[in-house]
Amino acid sequence: MNDDFSRTGAAPVPVLRLGDILLVTLQGDLHDGTAEQLQQDIVEAIARSRVTGVVIDISGVEIVDSFLGRVLAEIGANARLLAAQTVVAGMRPAVAITMVELGLTLPGLRTALSTEAALELLGRPDAAAPRAPRQEPR
Amino acid sequence: MRSEAVPEHEAAASYGTPTDEVGAFLSRRREQIAQRWADEPLFRTVFTVSRDEAVEACRSVVDALAQVADSGRVEDSDSAGFTVVREQLARMTAARSRSGMSTAQVSGEVDALRAPVVNLLVADLPDAPPEHLRECATTLTVLMGTLRLVVMETALTEVQALIDRQQMQLLEVATPVIRLWDGVVAVPLIGTLDSARSQVVMETLLQAVVDQQARYAILDITGVPTVDSLVAQHLMKTVAAVRLMGAECVVSGIRPAIAQTIVHLGLDLGTVVTRAGLADALAYALHGLGADIVHATPGGAGQR
Amino acid sequence: MSGTAAGVEARLPIGSDLDLVWVRQHVRQAAAALGFGLVEQTKLVTAASELARNTLVYGGGGEVETVRVSDGRTQGLRLTFTDHGPGIADLEQALSDGYTSGDGLGMGLGGARRLVHEFAIDSTPGAGTTVTVTSWVARPPRQREES
Repeated sequence: MNDDFSRTGAAPVPVLRLGDILLVTLQGDLHDGTAEQLQQDIVEAIARSRVTGVVIDISGVEIVDSFLGRVLAEIGANARLLAAQTVVAGMRPAVAITMVELGLTLPGLRTALSTEAALELLGRPDAAAPRAPRQEPR
Repeated sequence: MRSEAVPEHEAAASYGTPTDEVGAFLSRRREQIAQRWADEPLFRTVFTVSRDEAVEACRSVVDALAQVADSGRVEDSDSAGFTVVREQLARMTAARSRSGMSTAQVSGEVDALRAPVVNLLVADLPDAPPEHLRECATTLTVLMGTLRLVVMETALTEVQALIDRQQMQLLEVATPVIRLWDGVVAVPLIGTLDSARSQVVMETLLQAVVDQQARYAILDITGVPTVDSLVAQHLMKTVAAVRLMGAECVVSGIRPAIAQTIVHLGLDLGTVVTRAGLADALAYALHGLGADIVHATPGGAGQR
Repeated sequence: MSGTAAGVEARLPIGSDLDLVWVRQHVRQAAAALGFGLVEQTKLVTAASELARNTLVYGGGGEVETVRVSDGRTQGLRLTFTDHGPGIADLEQALSDGYTSGDGLGMGLGGARRLVHEFAIDSTPGAGTTVTVTSWVARPPRQREES
């Protein structure tokens, strides 16, 4: 396993590499700047390491507004251009209901119940993979 | 009956407007009014611990009325003066309804407070010109009528709150989530779906998806008599929310009449997976999970 | 807007994306304290996030005032976002989905409106914009305590 923390600048969200998959775990309340930095980090990491999948675990995220929704959609679109699939995992029910009400249905993104399910979806039945280290955003 | 001496000069001479006069009278005779009201059924039967307790409650109501009169808005049930006694009045009416009184009977009890206080007013202004006295009595009567209205409003609010609570409880019991298989949950809906119920269904189903880590969620609407555009919209929202969470939602049991309504309303359920019955929906989900149902062959091993 | 105000909770500045985080956290705490369910909390916080970002990005910064309100039956939270920015010339258009004058998915105003129970907007081109939203606790209030 290859721990590849891409932490350019002030990005407090670690991007972890598991073989040919990038794993990102979002926690708590993200600043707009942090989210934009993350988007840039992920795109750079995909281009550099030629991974085939990106899993974004948002089970620790309490709200997704149109800004974070746009960031997720753009990560998905950028990843696709670089031949990688993006799966958003672990969205909470209250967040899902709110996003639907807001009109954000993320049509271009795949979704999964958990990180394990996302890895399975990406063709890596490697459910025993360790989870990304939890880190509080600054 | 206790009585207090009132200085002569206060009850005589110059006369203010009727509302001023009534306000001054209520403040001046606060104690006597409270003492008389404390013996009326409305207060006597609610404040049973001690008479002092009833008298204290009466004082607050008299104070509130005096404040309303001073503000000059005796006919306004939203008057700020009532705010402080609203809660007390609500408790009193709630206590009366618990002991089996109808709203009309409580209203009658509030009305019974009027005569003692009007009599006291008349007795308090013996030297006033008849015209002025009549105006003051009318003003006080209007004020007491407003109090009655406030009591009725609070009573209705209490009833409404009770209905709300019961409706909420009904919503919760009417939405069971069934685990059909490992990774498959279903909600069989029975009865009319309104907006509030659809909301509860959505939340319940989504929570079940998380709790059971279910990859398939089935909404069975066999028992739903009609689907209008609002309900259809809720179904689509539920399907979209389930997808965002990483599971798939299947709607089953769309009866022919409902199918026709959906087509007639021009609703597009294009993105929604539908199946005729709950069994078909389960078969679809099992297939998706990689577990197909086959008939057991004679002599062969039974398969799920 | 219905209901009567029961007291100003707080007044928070909106001047940076750090302030957006504060606004979200404050609104969540206030809504939770009033007894909002998790879904209603999430909707209100998300609406607050959209509106605060509008205030920041299009209004050039401003403030939000949060007020507890009551309509006699239930309690609610009212949020008023004020800026002194350029204002909105065509409110109708600004409220329609897909419209945006900055970056974003264009869900800001229209989306926020769908997440709250009451929504009012007042804007004067050249003078600024005020958006007021209110949501009510859906769950019936708890039994009143005897005082």
